[in-house]
Amino acid sequence: MMRLPSFTYLAPRGLTEAADQLARHQPDALVVAGGTDLLPNMKRRQQQPKVVIGLRLVAELRGIAETEDGGLRIGAMMPLAALAGDPRLAERYPALAVAANLVSTPHLRRMGTFGGNLCLDTRCTYYDQSYHWRESIDFCMKCPDTNSGAICWVAPESPRCWAVSSADTAPVAVALGARLRLVSVHGERTLDAGAFFRDDGIHYLDRRPDEILADAWFPSRAGWRMTYLKLRRRGSFDFPVLGVAAAVKLSDGAVEQVRLVLGSVGSAPVDVSEAAAPLVGTTPTPAAIEAIAATAWRGARPLDNTDLHYAWRKKMARVYVRRALAEVCAA
Amino acid sequence: MESSPDAMRYGTGKVRLSLRVNDDDLELLVPVHKTLLEVLREDLDLTGTKHGCELGECGACAVLVDGQPILSCLALPIELQGSAITTVEGLTGAAEPHALQWTFAELGAAQCGYCTPGMLVTAAALLAAEPRPSRAQIVDALSGNLCRCTGYVKIFEAVELAAARQADGAVGPASYTP
Repeated sequence: MMRLPSFTYLAPRGLTEAADQLARHQPDALVVAGGTDLLPNMKRRQQQPKVVIGLRLVAELRGIAETEDGGLRIGAMMPLAALAGDPRLAERYPALAVAANLVSTPHLRRMGTFGGNLCLDTRCTYYDQSYHWRESIDFCMKCPDTNSGAICWVAPESPRCWAVSSADTAPVAVALGARLRLVSVHGERTLDAGAFFRDDGIHYLDRRPDEILADAWFPSRAGWRMTYLKLRRRGSFDFPVLGVAAAVKLSDGAVEQVRLVLGSVGSAPVDVSEAAAPLVGTTPTPAAIEAIAATAWRGARPLDNTDLHYAWRKKMARVYVRRALAEVCAA
Repeated sequence: MESSPDAMRYGTGKVRLSLRVNDDDLELLVPVHKTLLEVLREDLDLTGTKHGCELGECGACAVLVDGQPILSCLALPIELQGSAITTVEGLTGAAEPHALQWTFAELGAAQCGYCTPGMLVTAAALLAAEPRPSRAQIVDALSGNLCRCTGYVKIFEAVELAAARQADGAVGPASYTP
């Protein structure tokens, strides 16, 4: 593997200073949190920022705070291992703790952060390769060279990029209705996690280059039951090739509200809650759950650009939806 | 706002860093884009830590930062000033090997040996936090370290034997009586 390209490193000590530096050094600057996504990408020359802004000393991006409604505000720089081990998450948002604990390996969960996982670059068999590998077949549209690279190698006729959203925490954040706070020199804005992720392999986040993801607020989900199921080849290391986040609010066994989101089967998490709506007002039976799964899996549109066969991944979406709903609806 | 733009700026030439490695306080002059793995091996001659995939997919380059296993191939030394870094060379202070080094050798837990330094530091951190880990805890702790030779069973057994010996106050076979 090639070494890191050279860069200038900035170490802001506050969020205001970080946002100022990020704005001032556009378009040459990127922020780095844990580095477990950006640094491999830089070694592969997918990204080559001249200025790297390290967020390690920015205290405002750390911590897990209680909010008045009984929810939690989670700082973007919190390591995934801290989410996985936090008793408040285990109690209030177990699906988030489970998803964080399923990311990669223990080593990378200590280094990688929650915000970094939410902003994880989309992945593709034809993109996550060394510079020379990509050069040998000509660069793709997600990472073009100066005078080539207008093609999608997965779907050569396609006008768009189909790189895959591969963040385990993303479908959970969408399912739980998290609100994300973005900070820049122009101020801050908040948006729903469901609006943050865009169905475009290149422009996969509604985030301007000068914005920093500061934290995510999870509203109270008291009375809800939730889970996250992940499909991958090995029990460790691998990115998801399918993730299913399911959450239901039950009252005397009957479903009041339901949320169902598929991950890693498109360039953004796919919200298929609508397909699960027939469960509302009922006490779900295995047959009813199977019927939901038979509809919901149609939202999965995996292509041949990750590990494992895409047709099988699509079939497994039906199986995993059934398992996830059965788990959260179990008496 | 800072009066001078970009306070704490580290340019593309060599920068001066203070690192604490294996209980030694060091002053280094290195390019800021060199990874911890490259600095350890090339500037400090600590070649026990291995180059593997360099992308976070194997665990061969694991070292301890403040006692916690991380991957040195994805760590920037600039961000580790003030932290205590421990490599496989630093597992023991004196001439006596670490209990894990004895048991890895005795039980054949190292075959080609390339993953061994990463396995050792990761297992050492586990034993420091959990002196008598269950098999499941060992498997989980080492789930970020690939081994292509052993099939892992001998590695797990070596960690268990080291834990048992440490519980008896022993380190290696010479000082160990079952």
